[in-house]
Amino acid sequence: MTHELISSLFLKAFFNPALAPLEDSAEIRAGKARLAFTTDSYVVDPLEFPGADIGRISVCGTVNDLAVKGAKPLAISAAFIIEEGFPLALLKKLTGSMRKAAREAGVLIVTGDTKVVEKGKADKLFINTSGVGLIPVGLKLSSSFIRPGDSVILSGRLADHGVAVMNARGRLGLSGDIRSDAAPLNAMIARALKVSSKIRAIRDITRGGLGTVLNEAALACHAAIEINETEVPVKPAVESACRLLGLDPLYVANEGKAVLFAGASDSAKIVSALRAGKYGREARVIGRVVKAKTPQVRLNTTIGGARLITMLEGEQLPRIC
Amino acid sequence: MKNISNCRIKFSRFNSPLWRDKALAASALKEMERLAAKAVAKTGRNAALMEVCGSHTMAIAASGMRRLFPKGLKMLSGPGCPVCVTAQGDIDLILELAAKPGVIIATFGDMLKVKGSDGMDLHSLREKGARVSVVYSPLDAVELAKENPGQQVVFAGVGFETTAPVIAGTVMRARAEKIKNFSVIPLFKLVPPALELLLKDPGHNISGFMLPGHVSAIIGLAPYRFVADKYHVPCVVTGFEPLDILTGINMLLRQIISGGPEVEDEYSRAVKAEGNPRALEIMRQVFAVTGARWRSIGLIRKSGLGFTEAFSGFDAVKRFKLSYHAAPEPKGCICGSILLGKALPADCKLFARVCAPSNAVGPCMVSSEGACAAWFKYGG
Repeated sequence: MTHELISSLFLKAFFNPALAPLEDSAEIRAGKARLAFTTDSYVVDPLEFPGADIGRISVCGTVNDLAVKGAKPLAISAAFIIEEGFPLALLKKLTGSMRKAAREAGVLIVTGDTKVVEKGKADKLFINTSGVGLIPVGLKLSSSFIRPGDSVILSGRLADHGVAVMNARGRLGLSGDIRSDAAPLNAMIARALKVSSKIRAIRDITRGGLGTVLNEAALACHAAIEINETEVPVKPAVESACRLLGLDPLYVANEGKAVLFAGASDSAKIVSALRAGKYGREARVIGRVVKAKTPQVRLNTTIGGARLITMLEGEQLPRIC
Repeated sequence: MKNISNCRIKFSRFNSPLWRDKALAASALKEMERLAAKAVAKTGRNAALMEVCGSHTMAIAASGMRRLFPKGLKMLSGPGCPVCVTAQGDIDLILELAAKPGVIIATFGDMLKVKGSDGMDLHSLREKGARVSVVYSPLDAVELAKENPGQQVVFAGVGFETTAPVIAGTVMRARAEKIKNFSVIPLFKLVPPALELLLKDPGHNISGFMLPGHVSAIIGLAPYRFVADKYHVPCVVTGFEPLDILTGINMLLRQIISGGPEVEDEYSRAVKAEGNPRALEIMRQVFAVTGARWRSIGLIRKSGLGFTEAFSGFDAVKRFKLSYHAAPEPKGCICGSILLGKALPADCKLFARVCAPSNAVGPCMVSSEGACAAWFKYGG
């Protein structure tokens, strides 16, 4: 649905070379400098959930959209649409989360906007953030640069965020280590870019999960991506929750994970650079890019089988039994 | 059910990586090759094993094991996806209720996109203003009723013996709390009568049943006895990890070779011979066995659950005076044959051309447990 709107309506209406690639950030020039520019609106329900809240993800999401283009985040904006009667104490708490996340990412929130709408005209609170970052001289990352032989590197465990939100939203009462992974990844990504010049592309794995991101990458580079199920880490509690709900962790959202595509000879260096910080502790090579006539994503399963990972159709819905 | 935290503890034991171990899988597959060849030699035909349960269909597809199966072995999908077996006319009943003013339909997620005869589904009705709420547990529907005292909350009671006890418990809670605006459309189905229907067809080619682990955890092993005794078809209750499935297949092949069909339990870490007596008792108090309508099959006697007299006040069909109208299935859709193991999803002309998860024609493509959805998502 969203995809259709973007391609049939927005892309046509606004078409220009900066928008056309539809990547996480657009690249614009200011004199000799190349800037990454991005925006995102946050409407998550509930507003708070274990591990994070709408404030933290509104900062991390935008920081990460800049970071995956290799950009150093410079500044972000924050706009609030608040439903009349929204508790001030909660708003204070959420802006506190934003401040904390921004400080962690080393970025300032430099401009903003506030609109209060009548009760019923918005669902509690919506936040929009935009961000601008500086792309280092000579650095160019794009999924179209990925080539056969490249390694696929994942920065950590999957599905924490999506399951945490679903658990909180559905009041499922699943206990255990189920917490959103929302985190600013700019420092981690900067470390990786520092040790390797063979990083072709980086994607943050948000809505649609790893399965969607890999399919998009395979399409962009006209190759097949092969990953190994044994290498794809999911926390036991999160995996149990996914089984219970009939969800595939490969399609569940994350807010603090990235996948990197890089020349295989540099993969060990990159993995140890990622692991040097707390958000990449469990980074590892999960697969590789191989030559293929049709772009596709394959999973080698734990038991030695293989299957396709296709583009997710529609949303995943919890099942009956 | 509201607090299902204890699942975590159980799952840590259930989830042992050994159930997905590559070396163990390789040796099970090697054994399978040997057994399948022996079974073919003994019977003179390929072993056609039916996985009755939709969760097995999904697990088989997700583990990519189909292409590892040896020659002489074929897996068929059976009638074990609750959404898929619901008759078109019953789907229409749910949609009819959803369109009524003052009604909130509470449902599990996989019912949302099942189309009625007129092409509408709960999702599209919701966009038109109907109130449809996706719940994770039926108890949430009772909460919904409490939060909306002026509305009637109706739970779409679709499911097998796994789902029915939880809903029975919910109905008991609603009665204890004197909640007047909650009811259930009872469309529950029972697994053993469905197996009998398949076996009654003299042309059936089923050489063994991989029986559903979850359903059996409730009903135990005894209700399947007739399959082995009367119809001489091997049965193995099987779990859902890859090694459960490989082991279950090997147990079935051994039964075929020995020629002495039995009801065996591969999933003994969850399934006891007597089932779950407490769940059965709750179910017995609230529900009574009754005829049920199955998609493309029609009415099967004693194959479903309706309310007992004592709880009939919670029957939405009575409360809203709904009347059932048989409805044809979507044109070209062969979900019915797929459910009976007579056709594979790829045999359907609509499969992947017209019918896809985003625009599903039949329920086998809608439900995450449906055979067509599994084939579409993971490749056959």
